[in-house]
Amino acid sequence: MRKAIGLILIWGLLSALSPWSARAQSGEVYAITNARIVPITRPVIERGTIVIRGGKIAAVGQNVSIPAGARVINARGMWVYPGFIDSGTTIGLTEIGQVPATVDVNELGDFNPQLRAITAVHPASEIIPVTRVNGITTVLTTPRGGILSGQAALINLDGWTWEEMLVKAPVGIYFNFPSIVAGRFFDPETFQPRERSFQEARRQRDERLQRVRQLLEDARAYAKAKKAAETSVPEGNATGDGDLHPFLINPVLESLVPVVEGALPLIVAANEERDIKAAVEFAEEQKVKIILSGGLEAPRVAQLLKEKNIPVLFGPVLSLPRREDDPYDSVFTAPKQLFEAGVKFAFLTNDAANVRNLPYHAAMAVAFGLPREEALKALTIYPAEIFGVADRLGSIEVGKIANLVVWDGDPLEIRSQVRHLFINGKPVPLTSKHTQLYERYRNRP
Amino acid sequence: MRNIGAFSSVARIWGLVVILLGSGLSFTEPVSAQAPQSEARDEVTLIRGATILTVTRGRIENGSILIRGGKIAAVGRNITAPPGAKVIEATGKYIMPGIIDCHSHIAIDGGVNEGTLAVTSMVRIEDVLNPTDINIYRDLAGGVTTANILHGSANPIGGLNAVIKLRWGKTAREMLFEGAMPGIKFALGENPKRSNFTPPPGTPRRYPATRLGVEYVIREAFTQARNYMRQWEEYERRRKAGENVVPPRRDLKLEPLVEILQGKRLVHAHAYRADEILMLIRLAEEFGFKIATFQHVLEGYKVAREIAAHGAGASTFSDWWAYKVEAYDAIPYNGALMARRGVIVSFNSDSAELARRLNLEAAKAMKYGGLSEDEALALITINPAKQLRIDHRVGSIEVGKDADLVIYSGHPLSVYSIVEKVFIDGQLYFDREADLARRAELQKEKEALKARERSDERRGGPRGRPPENP
Repeated sequence: MRKAIGLILIWGLLSALSPWSARAQSGEVYAITNARIVPITRPVIERGTIVIRGGKIAAVGQNVSIPAGARVINARGMWVYPGFIDSGTTIGLTEIGQVPATVDVNELGDFNPQLRAITAVHPASEIIPVTRVNGITTVLTTPRGGILSGQAALINLDGWTWEEMLVKAPVGIYFNFPSIVAGRFFDPETFQPRERSFQEARRQRDERLQRVRQLLEDARAYAKAKKAAETSVPEGNATGDGDLHPFLINPVLESLVPVVEGALPLIVAANEERDIKAAVEFAEEQKVKIILSGGLEAPRVAQLLKEKNIPVLFGPVLSLPRREDDPYDSVFTAPKQLFEAGVKFAFLTNDAANVRNLPYHAAMAVAFGLPREEALKALTIYPAEIFGVADRLGSIEVGKIANLVVWDGDPLEIRSQVRHLFINGKPVPLTSKHTQLYERYRNRP
Repeated sequence: MRNIGAFSSVARIWGLVVILLGSGLSFTEPVSAQAPQSEARDEVTLIRGATILTVTRGRIENGSILIRGGKIAAVGRNITAPPGAKVIEATGKYIMPGIIDCHSHIAIDGGVNEGTLAVTSMVRIEDVLNPTDINIYRDLAGGVTTANILHGSANPIGGLNAVIKLRWGKTAREMLFEGAMPGIKFALGENPKRSNFTPPPGTPRRYPATRLGVEYVIREAFTQARNYMRQWEEYERRRKAGENVVPPRRDLKLEPLVEILQGKRLVHAHAYRADEILMLIRLAEEFGFKIATFQHVLEGYKVAREIAAHGAGASTFSDWWAYKVEAYDAIPYNGALMARRGVIVSFNSDSAELARRLNLEAAKAMKYGGLSEDEALALITINPAKQLRIDHRVGSIEVGKDADLVIYSGHPLSVYSIVEKVFIDGQLYFDREADLARRAELQKEKEALKARERSDERRGGPRGRPPENP
């Protein structure tokens, strides 16, 4: 008993001393004052104040009074931006790329729409602190395997558990759109290079697409059968008791019901012009909602995307041109072209360890013609809108989740530093595995 | 290279045979590239009105650079254009030295790795340079003017490198950096021990499979090389003494290693972990040679003192990490920490994509570890030039050096700046304006080619790409 009391005392002492102690108190009130506030959805506020209470933004403006007892951060000469959102990552699902034991990205089999990314997000991943200390507070994390890979989750990059990190799941089902890949390829079965004709490649693509079509058909039939069972056998349905032919839940088809009903989008990964066109056609035919992911050749199809109102999770901007004879800057200028065509887009990195560089993808698009304000929106409010969470994230407005980053300069400039970070209204220490190793080895005698 | 895809590592015995046959007896003769472009000899160009970042001699506002015969003839504030000089107005622009990428795999025709053997010092990048690789142009458009083209990291002792200038449009031979000191690729850790690589079914694993084995392979090779060197020394001694002696049998694998022992060839050693870095330093010291650069060297910050004491350079990434176990302790402060301990540090690309924005990679050393502007720019200019022993020619804006220059729209450490013009040997090799202007014309040409292809198709003529060799 004495030992137990001792442990509790030590624990109490440690938690009081650690920078994390403040985070335990979610009822805490904070005020960031004297800051240049960039709300994104409204004009910049000079020398403004933001009040944070209960994890949310309680007040924003020039004439906001600081509540008594609030912890005050004087941000004179600094900028406050909403936390940036990466619209395509595998954060939490992967740690070290070459070590399969640490990677939960690619499940076996082509069709796994029932898989839920959120349940495997590893809150202790070292990648999470490394990412957030550069101002990225929210990411879409998705499985990537097979054809229908699983359910994407939008997460905040702080929390003791994945439940605390969760913003929204599912956001959509990740769909690697079958591509026509002709030409020389490496055959993993024979370990030899082999040639695939265009005809063969197209046949293979069509077969794969037909299987997706069939699965969606099955999901429609399943939904109908389920509804019928619910109305005709009101009691047997729940347990199957007393019913000779109970309705059996099928988790795979169940996961696709919101898709065929138009409530949940497919996040369609496609880069090639013809794949994007085929994906749009497929969505029309199947009457499903889609979000395009990757979309490196989306500018070639911009009119169609605009017409069909399909948003794009674009990137990585820092990619080589797709074709040998593309202009050297074809990917750098793509966001500008999408903007000019009126296509809504957000930025993604399709990465995990390097997600911290998200702002520099956006910056390259600005260097090649995208208006800076649009780049900032594509890091904040646009993804929030695309993922259906604009009431909670993506700008600095009263009532939204307080994901706030205090920068000492332009967040798109590499030299700028993050000075303070709030996620879910709690201050997060600006430390990571990298800062810890830095401190340790810079002091090596 | 960071990772070895199974495809690129597939054994290419035939390639090796062809290389050996092709190189013939001239094998160890020094690379004799042509002299700098002759058309540049008499040309005089003045670039004026720009902010000049010399890297070694500070910053000149509203400065001018006079180029004569491909070299920098004058740098300063009040330079007037000699009669007949071409004048380039650069008011409001920034000029810095051409970027030097100390680790690149562009312009290589075919497999980067000769993975069949643990020691492949008989193969040469020079034999497989492809001057039409579009990535040369893409990297040029990002301000890169010189690149160290290396083999992959499949072997403890890899092949012989080629330092090139990105003279887009010239032949492979004309791209070679004339007079650059020859080098060789070494590799330590996970890649040479093949731990991230599944051999094709039925293929035996290649020795070594541990870091211990990697050390032994290198030690064994240098032991042989030292014996071989002594045989030749003994032969020369006796021959000069008038004895009628039979020369030792030539060994193309050992000759480059002898050059290392004699200080005539630079070792560029791919390494990650602190232990293997230290191992190679001690092994080299034992055999009496120096490591020119550690490449990647992601744990270099843990043994920065030892690297500095040995005198090796460090050619690293700004912030890549976590792609394999030996990269899990990589930190973006690595470059700054090593620099602060006196190591000559450069940031390389190892990637045709990343090479297009090395200026921004350099900026990360200011963010992580607080290097100054000049120190950051040195990471991609004068420091890699020192590492490749070409700093008397390139790497800074100084009178007498090659006119390898990049004109940026703004400060090169700002994300909003883009490359507008790139000069190599005083010649304009990239011009964004000209590139933009040519696009419509190229598009037209492409449409015409497509139309011709279609009509050939109708006539049943040849179409598509001919099948590649089996």
